[in-house]
Amino acid sequence: MTDDKNKTWGTIKFDGPMATKGYALNKMCYSFNNAEAREEFKQDEAAYCDKFGLTPEQKEAVINRDILAMEREGGSIYYLAKFAGLLGLNVQDVGGLQTGRTTEEFQAYLDSQGRGKNNG
Amino acid sequence: MAKIIGGITTSHIPAIGIAMDRGLEDTPYWKDFFAGYPPIREWLGEQKPDIAIVFYNDHGLEMFLDKKPTFAIGCAPSYDNADEGWGIATIPPVTGETELSWHIVNELIEHDFDPTVCQDIKVDHGLTVPLSLMYPGHNYQHMKVIPVCINCERHPMPKPSRCYALGQAIGKAVESFDSDQKVVVFGTGGLSHQLDGERAGIINADFDEECMNKLVSDPEALTRYSNDELVEIAGAQGVELNMWLAMRGCMLGKVREVHRNYVAPISNTGAGTQLLLNE
Repeated sequence: MTDDKNKTWGTIKFDGPMATKGYALNKMCYSFNNAEAREEFKQDEAAYCDKFGLTPEQKEAVINRDILAMEREGGSIYYLAKFAGLLGLNVQDVGGLQTGRTTEEFQAYLDSQGRGKNNG
Repeated sequence: MAKIIGGITTSHIPAIGIAMDRGLEDTPYWKDFFAGYPPIREWLGEQKPDIAIVFYNDHGLEMFLDKKPTFAIGCAPSYDNADEGWGIATIPPVTGETELSWHIVNELIEHDFDPTVCQDIKVDHGLTVPLSLMYPGHNYQHMKVIPVCINCERHPMPKPSRCYALGQAIGKAVESFDSDQKVVVFGTGGLSHQLDGERAGIINADFDEECMNKLVSDPEALTRYSNDELVEIAGAQGVELNMWLAMRGCMLGKVREVHRNYVAPISNTGAGTQLLLNE
């Protein structure tokens, strides 16, 4: 990729343009700090997306649990993590979803780069 | 004059707080990680620092994109933790202080750093997990904490060199504070990791080791990286090294390392722990 934004493979740089594009989606995810908001989302996901003014692409990505699409639509992993938490996913689950691996395969990938365990 | 008695680096990931809540410290997955902390707790118990300056980043508890400071410093008598949305238990309030905090603010602005000054902020796992690690059982309220928050979530982020210089300015401010209080500085987060994108999951243990070595012997070498280079080498969240550099900046002169631990993977990260003392 020669596009500056994708200088590092598989990584979307969350900068001003992406923060602009993703503002509504990120604001919705930020609202999930609040337990009542999480419940409201679960009651009617589409209505909750509309309340925050998500674009059709963002809304579709949310409904489909498509993490990579949410990132392409301007979602920041820091706020998406709150959405993942609402879904009961941990960061290994989210890693697997983004890399086409099962959670176990993603954990094995992490382990393959490991150091310092089982020495003591 | 107030004195910085030492510097501590530590991971701050939520998984650590959850593991402590569930009593998993001695399980095979966690034991080598938690084995890194007793020597630091012992040192803290002997030295009894009055104040901790904690460099952390806010992952979306207090600071959203609507108003996002590049550097922020707390000047409040206490700080609450709160629900972050995904299940880490909220911990009791953190004790703050308002004298050294304001002195640091005055000195920073006098020396051309212009932080956001916060009299009422919630602090997230970036700050609370390190406190829980250092003082198990939430036994941290005797110590006064000064939170210093660095933007590590949205580009543009402050450069590594600027974070190091911020630390140096804070270290000099502490030295000029008329008090006999003892201050410890925490650099939190890191080391290599990436949570987002098809590249999620990369860890660079060789680079992490280099960071821990250079943090002791040649921190200025680390300040020559750009944030884009850190993303490439250490993953999108590898920029959390900036909080370690700010901590190291505070220590001003030469340091010696009296303790180190490194374990990877811990959750998705390389987890480094160090205790540094001024020579």
